[in-house]
Amino acid sequence: MRQTIVRDVSDLPTYGYGPRSGPWWGAMGFMALEGMGFAIAIGAYLYLYAVNPTWPIGASPPDLWPGTVETVIYLLSIIPNEFTNRAAHRQGLAKARIGLIVMALIGIALLVLRGFEFAHLNTRWDNSAYGSIVWLILGLHTTHLATDVGDTVVLAVLMFTRHAKPRRFSDVTDNVFYWNFVVLAWLPLYVLLDWVPRL
Amino acid sequence: MAAEPNELRDDVLNGLQLSTQLERVWRTPSGLVGALMSVDHKVVGRRYILTAFAFLLLGGILAVLMRIQLAGPEKTFLSADKYNQVFTMHGSTMMFLFAVPVMEAFAVYLVPLMVGTRNIAFPRLNAFSYWMFLFGGCFLWTSFLFNVGPDVGWFSYVPLSSLQFTPTKRADVWAQMITFTEVAALAVAVEIVVTVFKLRAPGMTLDRIPLFVWAMLVTAFLVMFAMPSIMVASTSLILDRLVNTRFYDSSSGGHPLLWQHLFWFFGHPEVYIIFIPGTGMVSAILATFARRPVIGYPVVILSLIATGFLSFGLWVHHMFVTGLPQLGAALFTASSMLIAVPSGLQIFCWLATLWDGRPVYRTPLLFVIGFIVIFVLGGLSGVMVASVPIDTQVHDTYFVVAHFHYVLIGGAVFPLVGAVYYWFPKIAGRMLSERLGRWNFWLAFIGFNVAFFPMHILGLIGMPRRVYTYTADMDWAHLNLVSSGGALVFAFSFALLLANVVYSLRKGALAGDNPWDASTLEWATSSPPPPQNFDRIPVVKHRDPLWADSESLPVVAGLSAERREVLLTSLAEAEPQIREASPEPSIWPLLAAIATTIFFIGSIFTPWAVLWGTPPMAVTLIGWFWPTGSKEDEE
Repeated sequence: MRQTIVRDVSDLPTYGYGPRSGPWWGAMGFMALEGMGFAIAIGAYLYLYAVNPTWPIGASPPDLWPGTVETVIYLLSIIPNEFTNRAAHRQGLAKARIGLIVMALIGIALLVLRGFEFAHLNTRWDNSAYGSIVWLILGLHTTHLATDVGDTVVLAVLMFTRHAKPRRFSDVTDNVFYWNFVVLAWLPLYVLLDWVPRL
Repeated sequence: MAAEPNELRDDVLNGLQLSTQLERVWRTPSGLVGALMSVDHKVVGRRYILTAFAFLLLGGILAVLMRIQLAGPEKTFLSADKYNQVFTMHGSTMMFLFAVPVMEAFAVYLVPLMVGTRNIAFPRLNAFSYWMFLFGGCFLWTSFLFNVGPDVGWFSYVPLSSLQFTPTKRADVWAQMITFTEVAALAVAVEIVVTVFKLRAPGMTLDRIPLFVWAMLVTAFLVMFAMPSIMVASTSLILDRLVNTRFYDSSSGGHPLLWQHLFWFFGHPEVYIIFIPGTGMVSAILATFARRPVIGYPVVILSLIATGFLSFGLWVHHMFVTGLPQLGAALFTASSMLIAVPSGLQIFCWLATLWDGRPVYRTPLLFVIGFIVIFVLGGLSGVMVASVPIDTQVHDTYFVVAHFHYVLIGGAVFPLVGAVYYWFPKIAGRMLSERLGRWNFWLAFIGFNVAFFPMHILGLIGMPRRVYTYTADMDWAHLNLVSSGGALVFAFSFALLLANVVYSLRKGALAGDNPWDASTLEWATSSPPPPQNFDRIPVVKHRDPLWADSESLPVVAGLSAERREVLLTSLAEAEPQIREASPEPSIWPLLAAIATTIFFIGSIFTPWAVLWGTPPMAVTLIGWFWPTGSKEDEE
């Protein structure tokens, strides 16, 4: 079939930020399906809550402090996260490195706190359906958190190597974007796990 | 950020030079290791299609075994235990290892070609998803051959699948197979969404996207929103069995019906995940052989989207006999009946297209017509079982077996076989035999109806599902014999399809670029397509570009000819935005899939596998993402 060249695209950039780039849409896709996973798990929690006459079953509600401290850290983490975002958009390597290190440390601190949260749930996974569902939900979110922290650490290491090229800043902004989802996903889970059993 | 001045670009090369250069850049490396590294969507798509059809063959053999067992009363061809495994493996194989994967496989192969790009979005993820699918399927079938195949139905209801009633590893195998296939399906769904959103050819606005691509986009969203439910369900099941959680244990606050809600919240959209791609295939085939665009393009798209939405509101109709509140039953009856409306609209659009066109009755179109007949019959019995009083009577009888085979085989397998005949020339470069194709169609159509129509009657006169035999005084023998005979004819039609494929791969007539004179972009390149798909990316100015621009195809120039590059465009208007690097072949997706497989299988036997299985997964994932130092990585 004959062809007619109608446009030259050689001047287009080779990477972009946000919705212009492919990886951003990939992150959106994974957020959608992970968000759905959390929604379904919340649905399962509420179903078990509805079919049981007492809730929580044979346990006291979780101690509030670990989840609350985590929530505060999650919310405060938006500040260094946004700092990292701006640094990446301006392609400021030094600031982006600092931002990524801070975010990695925050993630690790949250994982440590998560250990305390499991210990203060006041129920084991095999005590009752209540124990099972809170361990499952917290486990799902911990997996979610751990993979993001792993991603942040790898990206931070990458930015200290010869691979810290301009297009890598786009990856940093995608990482920032995903962290905001991690924070957003946590908030309803905090209410569900720590406050609903007190209703 | 823009092209370097000394970079070799496609606008300085012509014809053969350009083809040769791009083939060198985009080709899959040679040798076994090269083949294992491939990230070409066509290579992965072909493997996916072949593997899914291999599972169809295995699932089909199980179906034949069941029909031999049920051909007469009190047969001992299969024991009760073996029969339980066989019908579970048949359902699980067909639903999880054939129907969903084969639809996604066609999308993996076709969508990038149809939207005019050089590869799928996230090609390494695509390779990974295939390996996961393959390993998950092999794991299930190996278990079956070693007599630990699941035996609790493709729905694995608790408490039947709980440790108390299934103390062996059979239910664990089932639950973990779900996780394998789910990882694969979810990965492909994200790839399809991003490919359609961002990799469309310039000018392919939302109202110029081919209907098959629209269908796969809706399907991908269904996968993304339905599959997490079965993930939560199957993870909870395996945790109940492995570490004694109590999700489904009613003595500790759990609830068996939670399983059914979670399962069917996935399970009903699953039907549409299988059916909607079939409708996309029908639209593509129909337009080509009716020699005109499908009438009511916007109506068909809105129907696809409406079907997608409504499919999430139907799951409870699988649970009418579990004792629901009446209001709930009424609501789900209404929503179940409502979904017939968009499906009906599509059928009217297709009939109008045939009516207004100049139909050429080649094999693909015959299968489409067969689809319309069978699917309408299945739809009618669907409206019947959507009604609580009727469902209460026929629940768990062969009427339901007849209904869902009419819907699934009519709705998906007939369009799929039509699609094989339609796109085989593009994939293989040769035509399938038309004569064998017609035999194939008529044997399939007659065999299918003889096999499954009597099941409606068997169900109405009381034959229950999932029984391995029956006594002579039940008066079910004659209809079962007819049904088994039909099943053999139906099975033979697939043997004919296989023979046609094998014969035509060597002896079939050469296809040429566009043997059907079709209108969509996959026919604008050679058959089979070169590694780069298109030497130059097409520009789309019409809904049917090859019919509208039949003299000369408008294209863009300026992409790199020395490295892998794809063109990203804007979401709605498909305006060119970025020339983005496309990943090189890599062994890491395979290694990551092996590590994940060890993790999944290990966690059937010990929860400690979560600890020792994670580091290898992490290492392979880092290897996968770590830049290779190639120019596109470094830019």
